[in-house]
Amino acid sequence: MTKDDIKQKIIEAIYEIAPEHEGDTIPDNENIQRSLDIDSFDFLSLLTALNDTLGVEVPESDYGEVDTLQKMTDYFSEHMA
Amino acid sequence: MEEKRIRKDNEAFLKQLNMTDYETTYEHFKWDDLDKVFEGLPSGGLNIAHEAIDRHANGPLADKPALIWLGEDGQERIFTYAQMKKESAKFANVIKTLGFEKGERIYTLSTRLPELYIGAMGILKNRSVMCPLFSQFGPEPILQRMQRGDAKGLLTTKRLYEKKIAPQLDALPDLRYILLIDAEEDVDEKVLSLPSLMKKASDTFEIESTDPEDMSLLHFTSGTTGMPKGVIHVHKAVYTHWVTGAYVLDLHEDDIYWCTADPGWVTGTSYGIIAPWLHGATNIVNEAEFDAERWYGILQDYKVNVWYTAPTAIRRLMRLDIDPLERFDLSHLRVVQSVGEPLNPEAVIWGVEKLKMPIHDNWWQTETGGIMIANYPCMDVKPGSMGKPLPGIVAAVVRQNEDGSVTEITEAGKDGDLALKPGWPSMFRGYLHNEEKYKNSFAGGWYISGDLAYRDEDGYFWFVGRADDIIKTSGHMVGPFEVESALMEHPAVAEVGVIGKPDPLIGQLVKAFVSLKSGYAPDEKLKRELIGFARKKLGAAVAPKEIEFQEDLPKTRSGKIMRRLLKARELGLPEGDTSTLEK
Repeated sequence: MTKDDIKQKIIEAIYEIAPEHEGDTIPDNENIQRSLDIDSFDFLSLLTALNDTLGVEVPESDYGEVDTLQKMTDYFSEHMA
Repeated sequence: MEEKRIRKDNEAFLKQLNMTDYETTYEHFKWDDLDKVFEGLPSGGLNIAHEAIDRHANGPLADKPALIWLGEDGQERIFTYAQMKKESAKFANVIKTLGFEKGERIYTLSTRLPELYIGAMGILKNRSVMCPLFSQFGPEPILQRMQRGDAKGLLTTKRLYEKKIAPQLDALPDLRYILLIDAEEDVDEKVLSLPSLMKKASDTFEIESTDPEDMSLLHFTSGTTGMPKGVIHVHKAVYTHWVTGAYVLDLHEDDIYWCTADPGWVTGTSYGIIAPWLHGATNIVNEAEFDAERWYGILQDYKVNVWYTAPTAIRRLMRLDIDPLERFDLSHLRVVQSVGEPLNPEAVIWGVEKLKMPIHDNWWQTETGGIMIANYPCMDVKPGSMGKPLPGIVAAVVRQNEDGSVTEITEAGKDGDLALKPGWPSMFRGYLHNEEKYKNSFAGGWYISGDLAYRDEDGYFWFVGRADDIIKTSGHMVGPFEVESALMEHPAVAEVGVIGKPDPLIGQLVKAFVSLKSGYAPDEKLKRELIGFARKKLGAAVAPKEIEFQEDLPKTRSGKIMRRLLKARELGLPEGDTSTLEK
């Protein structure tokens, strides 16, 4: 899976958790929770959904490394290898 | 079941405790004895901002950090008591010059930025009323609360203004000014740049005489059958904030203190702003949302002594597969308290095992203004119990009789309404514009909290549940009616019933049961649309996380949706009395 594919999967998962953003451009380098107004429960649901689709579990201690769309994409691409 | 008890040894604490013997203190405590704790205003009366900031700024604590702000991106800003006095004076001058008067409500809608804390003190100095909104609210809950509280001013950020206020400004004709924390220039004659106003403002402000009974804060709380109610608090509430700071949080002047609650909720104002400053402590404010590594890092790097947090956060820390004391130096930490919803016994025990100290649960509500029942550092902890009443507070378990009278339940272990004897200093003084609802909160000489509890043979109180349908999610109250009303506005929706579904992490999650109008298919696409619809209106903190379609919702014969039954079915519990169910 290319990085672009991964990013696309993440965006789809965001639309699923927060459908009010469907079709919106998700900023690459802004804090996801802050810029999309999602709460920490949504954020956990997002990571759970991505674990199902991408097969990578992000441990709670790594949450600081996945707080933007870009960082999340990098993290998954690294850990899927 | 054998009861676990965590024994305390006062000698083992790093500091002499403010309260060493609960029973003796409780027996001898008098609220009037606290009069001498406060300085009072030179102009007369009692003002929270003077007791919290100015009094220290005028004395030996002037150059001590009052606020250490930790920005999301690693920035740090420190304000001493002297600087806080000046900054809040400037803010007070800004709003005074704009014409804001005593008693007028100024709302705050901001993430945890220093200006929010400065603004809080400035509003109180001007004797206006601070009315906090949670920044994760959507436009609808914001509008409801601003209209109901007669909002005259608003302190917010550019992003929140543009997203949540500007589109509905027409519905707020009485809102005179909006101050933007991060705008360099005014947007128009109504939407102003706070930094440019602050630059021009004088940094001295004499607080005018303030009656201890003058309104200070207006916090909104959720109703079960109606829209949220504005809970009125007064300056005299500092008595409770001070005494709970001393006895529950064991605050000392040289303490570094961190309350993780957001000032959009009452814990974030009473204990995230006021209580630590009354004691001259240093208050840590973390802008960022929960992040386990960052949180442990803050506790370590800032040598936090007293930490007030919430069950949801503790349960997330418990998920972390690390031994915190091996990775982090938490040797300065002395007291950990938790509030928001009952702390499960496992979390209390986890504290003993992993932090080498129990986590102390306590109980209170927006209406009580401060902690009412608590586990104290000097008192043995029974994990799962909320503890014992604060000195000065009389709490009981009561039964409300049909004739309106109230009987105290003295038998240990028997459930009833958790009630408090009215008259403590931080008790709410009313629901704004709703005198009847306020009166109905009292019965037979008791304030009826709406929570159910029992007291054990040793006098410890135990939470049983809510007497009504209010949902407690991530420590916040959500009123089902507010959520139902929002969903009903969608054209596909015929009926809605909203409940709190138990969740291991956040206590309860908001779940909506929806029946559709004919012609609409109950499919995943519509479910997603409804979730998006509700989130757009209500925001993530209030909107349902789950929606389930049902052809018919259980109703009473008078047509009222039976949330209780929806919940019982969701949980697989017995349905109880269904005699009123429409067949």
